[in-house]
Amino acid sequence: MNKPYAIIIGLEVHVQLLTSSKLFCGCSTAFGAAPNTQTCVVCTGTPGALPVMNRQAYLLSVKAALGLNCQIARLTKWDRKNYYYPDLPKGYQISQYDMPLSRDGHLDIPDPEQEGQVRRIRIIRAHLEEDAGKSMHDEVAGKADSRIDLNRAGTPLLEIVSQPDLRSPAEAKNYLTELKLLLNYLGVSDCNMQEGSLRVDANINLHVATPEGNVATPIVEVKNMNSFRAVERALAYEAQRQWELWQETGQRIGDVPKQTRGWEEEAQITRPQRSKEESSDYRYFPDPDLAPVTISEDAIAHVRQSLGELPADLRTRLVGQFGITPYDSDVLVSQGRPLVDYFIAAAEACRDGKAAANWVQQSVLRVLNERQMPIEQFPVPPAELGRLIDEVQSGKMETSRGREVLAEMLATGKSAAAAIDALGIVQVDEADLETLCAELLASNPKVVDDLKQGRLKAAGALIGQAKKRNPNVNATRVREICLQLVQRM
Amino acid sequence: MPISHQQVTRVSLLGRLLLSEEETETMTAQLGQILTYMQLLDEVDTDQVEPMAHAVEVSDVFRGDQLAPSLARDLALANAPQHDGECYRVPAVLGDA
Ligand SMILES: [Zn+2]
Repeated sequence: MNKPYAIIIGLEVHVQLLTSSKLFCGCSTAFGAAPNTQTCVVCTGTPGALPVMNRQAYLLSVKAALGLNCQIARLTKWDRKNYYYPDLPKGYQISQYDMPLSRDGHLDIPDPEQEGQVRRIRIIRAHLEEDAGKSMHDEVAGKADSRIDLNRAGTPLLEIVSQPDLRSPAEAKNYLTELKLLLNYLGVSDCNMQEGSLRVDANINLHVATPEGNVATPIVEVKNMNSFRAVERALAYEAQRQWELWQETGQRIGDVPKQTRGWEEEAQITRPQRSKEESSDYRYFPDPDLAPVTISEDAIAHVRQSLGELPADLRTRLVGQFGITPYDSDVLVSQGRPLVDYFIAAAEACRDGKAAANWVQQSVLRVLNERQMPIEQFPVPPAELGRLIDEVQSGKMETSRGREVLAEMLATGKSAAAAIDALGIVQVDEADLETLCAELLASNPKVVDDLKQGRLKAAGALIGQAKKRNPNVNATRVREICLQLVQRM
Repeated sequence: MPISHQQVTRVSLLGRLLLSEEETETMTAQLGQILTYMQLLDEVDTDQVEPMAHAVEVSDVFRGDQLAPSLARDLALANAPQHDGECYRVPAVLGDA
């Protein structure tokens, strides 16, 4: 990096946990219901209603924290974070202040600067809290008021706070991608940004090299980023803006209060946001309605055993076990565990990991994309794909013919063998192939001339004619045989 | 006094309570009396007492992740000062949504 400054980024990520019911009541967490149809006395903050902790939400949090290599607190408690906002019906959010359920972890992410290297990003803490409702601004008929939907209020969220260890917008994006993949594999969250089940706030400032040593610029919190790409762009914009501001004003950290800015997707800029509270005095205190939670070593070990194979380990295993490249392994693992399982079954059926990796990436993924279909619904079982790959690898047909067979299998539900039959594919006998080539040469004297003069491109015409006579011929073999015959002439 | 006029003004602002000057005086005096009374607790020697996170010694109170019926929407909205049959209506929320 030749810039006279380093970019310092820390991320706060909120993910919605995959529970059926809310954190403190039995209301559904399903996305997309009609407004205010999934609320009760607890999540609307009716006086006297008492919250009771959802055990599954706590266990999923512990699972995520272990996946992030965090220390699990043997004793944890919940606190009230007090502020007034129309989407927060109780006037406080139940969150965790000084005794979070986990702390001091890390996540290894691909280094965007060096292929194949990882960067270790430290995690400060991960804690469990409730979500607020949703406010929608409405300017119908000149009335400027807001509409509040409390369906989301009380949904369990895991807040994951990183150390300011990220050094570029690209690293921030890699961190989010790896975090999302990990939480998907753990079954903790679907991390769907469109549905709001993953939200990102970023803290960013610069460390500028000056003759008196490094100087930190004021920290800015960036919000309202709706995709990983938006996070990357917002941070790149913000770093440049802060650099220009530094050159103009020389303001250092502490000279001005921390600012909150919102990313504006259309304009591709950040703009200052009005802060929610005049001061961030949340007056945290322990929630007297909730009992503390303890966890034993045994219980932690039990959750640890349920983690399964994590993406980083799986990437390494696929490379070692199936001889595929780290790049291919990464592509497969990024698609989620069900696709990896499909690949493994196909690779085992054809005993050729590289070929299976190619087929899954080039054919299976393409079909899944076109049909917007998850791998679980892919009509061809992996063993059948494996059989087809086997036939192609053994030279019975070319890859392009193999793709036609797969299309037939997809269209009709036939097995590989039946689809090969249906397309009339049989391996052409070598003697027949020679006869065919000899005939073609005899009827194409001009091509023979060209070939004799070394214009080898001319062979293409022969291959076309050969395919017309018998679609099962192997183009490479036709070319080889024709050239041999011409040489002997 | 254990609580100042200034602290009461600040807390009332955070609590979104609009107090007149006179009410602030009254509150400062009354809260002061309550706090003075609570200061009795300072006389207890707690050096050897483990801090507690909760007033009663219970922990690990959980419910299973089971769905329970939600309120009918008209019932949920019934006590709202303003609603449109679907959502609560509140004075404009500006800034971030
Ligand atoms: Zn509820």
